Amino acid sequence: MTVTTVGFWTVAVVLLASSLGVVLSPNLFHSVLFLAAALVATGAMFLLLHSPFLFGVQLLLYAGGVVVLVVFAIMLTERIVGQRIRQASHGLVNGLIVSAAVFVGVIGFLVQAGPLTAGPTAAAPPAAGDMTVALARTLLGPYAVPFELLGVLLVAAMLGALYFARED
Amino acid sequence: MPALNAYLVVAALVFAIGLFGVLTRRNAVGILLGIELMLNAVNINLVAFARLHGDPVGLLFALFTIAITVAEVAVGLAVVIVIFRVRRTIDADRLDLLRG
Repeated sequence: MTVTTVGFWTVAVVLLASSLGVVLSPNLFHSVLFLAAALVATGAMFLLLHSPFLFGVQLLLYAGGVVVLVVFAIMLTERIVGQRIRQASHGLVNGLIVSAAVFVGVIGFLVQAGPLTAGPTAAAPPAAGDMTVALARTLLGPYAVPFELLGVLLVAAMLGALYFARED
Repeated sequence: MPALNAYLVVAALVFAIGLFGVLTRRNAVGILLGIELMLNAVNINLVAFARLHGDPVGLLFALFTIAITVAEVAVGLAVVIVIFRVRRTIDADRLDLLRG
């Protein structure tokens, strides 16, 4: 049992517990807070996978941006006073069956694939350290055009959201 | 570092939980939260495989997924707010204008 293993299982338990909180909490606002915890736990997973850059991006964009956005949306669409914020779930059994089937399917693939090791397609042997430098070289080298298109997408999404939210 | 399979199993569990949320929540914001969880599970997979192969393209895809998700959430929530303005509800069961 190394420190990393203990850390992994701690983060995994936090991640799964807060994910369950997101989908099961009767209060929508609590769901969002659980989502924030789940997103931070996912960031910790990235950290355990030696990707500190993605950890930073995750914290800034998800835990910082998305959660604030969702909180704003709840404030605008729910009457805060009273019990209106409570939400009902239904079709629990059907949902459980479908998601359990998907989970079993994914695990079936994993079992079928057997122990995973770096395949012959690996461009480089597994790097031990931080891959941020390699990521930056890839992002601004062969993948520069998709990177620029991502900027176009963000502008389009911003304009679309502004258009929807305008006063008429 | 725990075996890659541990990350994949955790990611599959989170994905299934998110799918459960999408299928059972009736509030449109709740459905969006479930989609967030599913996308996060995919990101864990991408980063884990990038680590396994030592290939930064996996990290790149995770980065792209994060950026696209943020755009999706912004537009999705804008749509939810517009629907609320028009119909005074965001209960997905009562948004059935397109049902034949």
